[in-house]
Amino acid sequence: MIAIVDYKAGNLTSVKKALDHLGAETIVTSDPAQVAKSDKIVVPGVGHFATTKTLNDSGLRDVIMESIERSVPFLGICLGMQWMLASSEEAPELHGLALWAGECSRFPPDVKSPHVGWNSLQIRNGGSRLLRGVSPGSYVYFTHSYRVPLLAATTAGCEYGGGFSAAVEKDNLFGVQFHPEKSGQAGLTILKNFCDL
Amino acid sequence: MLTKRIIACLDVDAGRVVKGTQFLNLRDAGDPAELAAAHSAAGADEIVLLDITATHQKRTTLLETVRRTAKELFIPFTVGGGVRTLQDAAAIFDAGADKISINSAAFADASLITCIAQHFGSQAVIVAIDAKRNGANFEAWTSGGRKLSGKDAVEWAKEAESRGAGEILLTSMDRDGTGDGFDCELTRIISEAVRIPVIASGGAGGAEHFVHVFREGAADAALAASIFHFGLTSISDLKSRLFAAGIPVRFPC
Repeated sequence: MIAIVDYKAGNLTSVKKALDHLGAETIVTSDPAQVAKSDKIVVPGVGHFATTKTLNDSGLRDVIMESIERSVPFLGICLGMQWMLASSEEAPELHGLALWAGECSRFPPDVKSPHVGWNSLQIRNGGSRLLRGVSPGSYVYFTHSYRVPLLAATTAGCEYGGGFSAAVEKDNLFGVQFHPEKSGQAGLTILKNFCDL
Repeated sequence: MLTKRIIACLDVDAGRVVKGTQFLNLRDAGDPAELAAAHSAAGADEIVLLDITATHQKRTTLLETVRRTAKELFIPFTVGGGVRTLQDAAAIFDAGADKISINSAAFADASLITCIAQHFGSQAVIVAIDAKRNGANFEAWTSGGRKLSGKDAVEWAKEAESRGAGEILLTSMDRDGTGDGFDCELTRIISEAVRIPVIASGGAGGAEHFVHVFREGAADAALAASIFHFGLTSISDLKSRLFAAGIPVRFPC
């Protein structure tokens, strides 16, 4: 069972629909007990970093960290990926999971923000389990105003007002800034790889 | 590199696509779910479904249409027409749309933009502006182009952005349905006035019009309906033309 964590950060219908299409068993839940007993965890989400306060305050953060320590595969999508970092300029008073050091920052003023649309993946470091079968240069759909810097764990970069992380991966931890549920076949391949872990 | 988006629009009435139906001889050619899937397979970057009648009686039909269309669609999907309240928007999101487009209701109560953006994120809120030239200015019209809103289109676009809109869907009423090309001047003025993406609409007749609106109009995306349904331009041919002209586009793998 894959838990899709609902913390009132936008609409989760599309994520559930894509995973269901791939034959996964899913549950949209905000119940920490349900998340704790799931085989895999997805934290989607759009909007302001301040929304992640709900995760911190509801007990979800603790069960998610315990699951991660038990090597349960974890996928953060968009805001969910940003939450995996230590912090974000968007709400500096809040703490992310700090699975990676670093801070999410706003796009520079010389490009339109949010970054909306299809942009290409610059696949790095090879050997990503999440991106298996995804060709370098594949286009995926982004919509975000803040971005994760390039990290040692970056498996795909993207270029918009400078380089940033489109995908990160380490052991059981996976994050994507783009929306795989909205990224056509490339996105479905990525979600299938996560389901098959 | 961020690509320019090509958006296929389906004008829907009572569960059927109403433009172009008579030109397609497939029995189910007017079915929105099938057309959306076909456009997606042909390389459309996004699908917009506009409920052109949006009467109260037909809302249930619309939601069912949205649900069926969204079911097997894995690219961004916008629904517009008749969204008047947060509850209308919530029902459409629940049926599987990723974004809603609002027009008349935003004029009636501009706080609706902020309200929907706060609940679903700015990326989920497109403000549609129907603009028409009046001398050197562009006026925003409402109620499907039947009433003057009293607002200047450029000022209204800026206000929509400040209230939380994530994108502007800009239709030139002067060009709509003519096939004479997008209004590049209008598109550029609005695109340079706001920091959010602008989708150009109205007037697409051929591939060269898309080249113009991306180059001269500074559009981030361009939307067309009838030229895709009529088969005058296939999306894959269009993208090849854009690519040859040096405009970045996505080719699905």
